[in-house]
Amino acid sequence: MIELEDVAYSYGGAELFSGLSLKLAPGSFHFLTGPSGAGKTTLLKLCYGELLATSGHVMLFEQDAARLDRDQVAMMRRRIGVVHQDCQFLDHLTMRDNVALPLTVSGRSSAFSADLDDLLAWVGLRRQADQLPPQLSGGERQRAALARAVIMSPDVIIADEPTGNIDWEMSQRLLSLLIELNKMGKTILVATHDLNLIRAAKSQVSSRVLRLKDRQLQQAGAEL
Amino acid sequence: MKRLISEATGMVIGDPEAERSVPPTGFTARLTVFTAAAMAFLSVFALALSLATDRLADQWASELAQTSTIRISAPAEQAEAQVAAALRVLETTPGVASARALTDAEQRELLAPWFGPDLPVDRLPIPRLIEVVETSDGFDTTGLRARLQAEVPGAILDDHTRWREPLVDAASRLRLLGWIAIALIIGATGTMITLAAQSALAANAQVIRVMRLVGAEDGYIARAFVRRFTLRALAGALIGAILAGVAILTLPSADTTGGFLTGLGFRGIEWLWLLAIPVLIGVVAFFATRAAALRVLREQS
Repeated sequence: MIELEDVAYSYGGAELFSGLSLKLAPGSFHFLTGPSGAGKTTLLKLCYGELLATSGHVMLFEQDAARLDRDQVAMMRRRIGVVHQDCQFLDHLTMRDNVALPLTVSGRSSAFSADLDDLLAWVGLRRQADQLPPQLSGGERQRAALARAVIMSPDVIIADEPTGNIDWEMSQRLLSLLIELNKMGKTILVATHDLNLIRAAKSQVSSRVLRLKDRQLQQAGAEL
Repeated sequence: MKRLISEATGMVIGDPEAERSVPPTGFTARLTVFTAAAMAFLSVFALALSLATDRLADQWASELAQTSTIRISAPAEQAEAQVAAALRVLETTPGVASARALTDAEQRELLAPWFGPDLPVDRLPIPRLIEVVETSDGFDTTGLRARLQAEVPGAILDDHTRWREPLVDAASRLRLLGWIAIALIIGATGTMITLAAQSALAANAQVIRVMRLVGAEDGYIARAFVRRFTLRALAGALIGAILAGVAILTLPSADTTGGFLTGLGFRGIEWLWLLAIPVLIGVVAFFATRAAALRVLREQS
């Protein structure tokens, strides 16, 4: 689905990582961990086409990301749901409209209105549907971001520190949603420095833990 | 081209969902409406000026081009004979529709603005004048001058060229200036709307980021801005054109003594220009915003 082969990325002349390879198979669950500044967010951005590798190949659904034009990247993003730590909503739209935004931009809003209500109920936000993003708590915003990420029924869900701003109980709830999605066949990649979250997940789902450190991607797990 | 037409159609039909994604921005909205209104107002006046000079040039050209004057300066006792000789020459000249000598009363009337109504024309050595009206083909000026010189030594043919040409030339230049002014105004409108659109796009960088994150194509994001700015420009231009139309209606109406200034305005079908200007400004706004949006989106990718 998503494959990185011998990838390097430099920013401002400094090499963030090099010789990095990663393959996200369909239905797999990956955690990406590592110290702050190691390049986790950059690696995720390479995985959904927001950044281009300095060298090496990034294949998104068997297409070379470097050869895609901006509109083709936009089409790819519809197959990859992204959850950011800071959520990124349009503050003038209600949560319902924000969650439905991927449908709106792809011209499918009316066809999926029933699914939208179900989805809001699934993440426990039906009551908050008509509220504006600034009126919601951090946890509610994260769940809304997850709902928005999955509304197009993407093949892959990428989450960047999704539990960074929320309490443990809410983190557990979000993790349950991600595990549920994985059981539905979605490929999940979660960047986190929360080892407790990884430990909690490992007891519920078969997952692979990758550690980005010293510019290299290593298999982790034994210590967790 | 097909894509442009489709975009323009999409803009007219509208995509409220796309437009709703961009928060309304008061400052750029007001700036665009005001700019378009002011520019439409100025365009209407520049156009009125251009059309007025156009009419004036046509009027001067047609009124003076179809007539000539023969001036006969001769001693009083020979004047009548020379007038008669000149008229005989004119009768046999191809291209002359009619010719007649002005009466003393008509000559007195011509001179009245300068010498008063009681001028004793018959006792003064004033040249006799013959008015010549040409056919549409006109006559051979050089040939007629040569014949007059041979048969009526005191006759001088004045075909008004030396009067007409500078006037027509001045009117043509004024008309050209009017059109240049319109082109500059439209160019300035495009520039101002581009700046306003760029400002709105920069202010909405976060919106663009989110829309890209969820898979919006550049065309979709651009449409949200383009439609909004085009409609604002169109609305502003309509207001400006209507105000300018009202202002022109309040100008004194054209009359024979008022000359050029009182002839400023539109006549008949020319009033349709008041509709054409807002449409033109709308089209300029469409292309200016589209180019700005696509450029900014390219830079932000």
